[in-house]
Amino acid sequence: MTLDANWAARWLIAAGDVFETERGALSELDRQIGDGDHGENLSRGFGAVRGQLRVGTLPGTPAEVLREAALTLISTVGGASGPLYGTALLRASEVIADKDALDAADVAALLRAGAAGIAQRGSAEPGDKTMLDSWLPAADAAAVAAERGEDAPAVLAAAVRAADAGAVATDDLIALRGRAAYLGERSRGHRDPGAASSALLIAAAADSL
Amino acid sequence: MKKLMNDPRAVTEQTVAGYVRAHAGRLRRVGTGYGVARVEPLLPGTVAVIGGGGSGHEPMHLGYVGAGLLAGAVPGEIFSAPTPEAILEVVTATHAGAGVLFVVGNYSGDRFNFELAAERCAERGIPTHTVVVADDVGLGELIRADNRRGIAGMLVAAKVLGAAAERGDDLESLAEIGARLGHGIASMGVGLRAGTSPLADVASFDLGEDEMEIGIGIHGELGRDRLPRQRADAIADLLVGETLAELAPPAGDSLLVFVNGLGGTPPGELALFFDAVARSLEGRGYGVARVLVGTHVTALDMQGVSLTLGRFDSELLSLWDAPVDTPALRAP
Repeated sequence: MTLDANWAARWLIAAGDVFETERGALSELDRQIGDGDHGENLSRGFGAVRGQLRVGTLPGTPAEVLREAALTLISTVGGASGPLYGTALLRASEVIADKDALDAADVAALLRAGAAGIAQRGSAEPGDKTMLDSWLPAADAAAVAAERGEDAPAVLAAAVRAADAGAVATDDLIALRGRAAYLGERSRGHRDPGAASSALLIAAAADSL
Repeated sequence: MKKLMNDPRAVTEQTVAGYVRAHAGRLRRVGTGYGVARVEPLLPGTVAVIGGGGSGHEPMHLGYVGAGLLAGAVPGEIFSAPTPEAILEVVTATHAGAGVLFVVGNYSGDRFNFELAAERCAERGIPTHTVVVADDVGLGELIRADNRRGIAGMLVAAKVLGAAAERGDDLESLAEIGARLGHGIASMGVGLRAGTSPLADVASFDLGEDEMEIGIGIHGELGRDRLPRQRADAIADLLVGETLAELAPPAGDSLLVFVNGLGGTPPGELALFFDAVARSLEGRGYGVARVLVGTHVTALDMQGVSLTLGRFDSELLSLWDAPVDTPALRAP
């Protein structure tokens, strides 16, 4: 159960699988408050990442795997989610550079950097009903678990629970960023598709241990 | 759905090809994406003004590549932002040593992808500045001002900035003009019938025969209100009232008036609508400084119109008046 480059590759392959399975459900969420292509975009982008990992040679560190995936997402997804997930994975790869395997603190740092990347690229604040509302609770929960001395799998498990709860909590929020923001009060009562896909991505990391 | 098309997924590629073939003396393809640049290179030391965003808004941006306006354009797929790679290809093809000015609408996808391209430009030592156009007041108090969309004002901003670049303004001066434009342009649209994407079989939203959507976006995003259809005079007066309220010009001021068809409205209706707008402005004690009436910033085949008012000082007006020679806008 080492969190090495192979784990990072399994994570992204699992993400490609889950976004393909959930493509319709994510796009349906997006149809309610966006333009309805979130599932399609992620399925295409992470599908490209998955294809590369299967046919290409695997880089040596988790950081290299994440960085390559980030660049692929940025160039294949288009729209807003490609740059957001690309930036998250790019920032995450920077804080774990040169590590062959990640420990609990590294996992917490990775999630923190990913959340910061999404906040920066999206100019989003917590509570704006965006991806950040899943990433930030995940990073917070991971930090708490790591400080308590829990191991990397337990830190990831805590992050998954918090990301899920964060995504569910976007139901009650009014969107303040992205296309959903045009709906104002009418965006309340719908789950943010980005927060939902973020929770799936973080869950894929834990499922790939 | 009936459209002149072949494979729906090839519509953007074939649209770009058509523009370049029809205007072969002016436009050339660059790189492997959908990017287009002027045939005639910029004078060395001129800032390259580049516009981009999802396609489906033709003639924007392809039709505005040429002398006095854009150095290059980067269309994405229909209603979807171009990738940083495609943007960089146009940068490489147009950069003339004085940096690059990006003109984009205030949409997350466009902003993020152009930001990423700007970061890569910085790594290569190419200075950039991005003017984000957010002229749509159609959603009013429903949204925060920083979420306003860029609609027909994108053409006005590109025209003025393109003229300033052509006269030799540096990047810093263009950034300053861009900031001034941000306070001087307000737009609002009304949709009468939804557009249909080549990629979908159905209209992007349902609008009853007797309904109109007030404050509609150029991707079929809902506006602030759905009302029973009204006479052109009443619609014009509503749009004039909202855009004027945003600009708050002093009494007696004269404004730039841009009546823009959304893709499915005939030229005659646009002329009729302009007349209604001018009468409404005059009735409120304002004049018309400059006029543009036509189909420019579209939402595929949406039926409807947008009104853009510009509160311009003499410098902005002279930039608006500067010669321009592009496929879709030519003056004098």
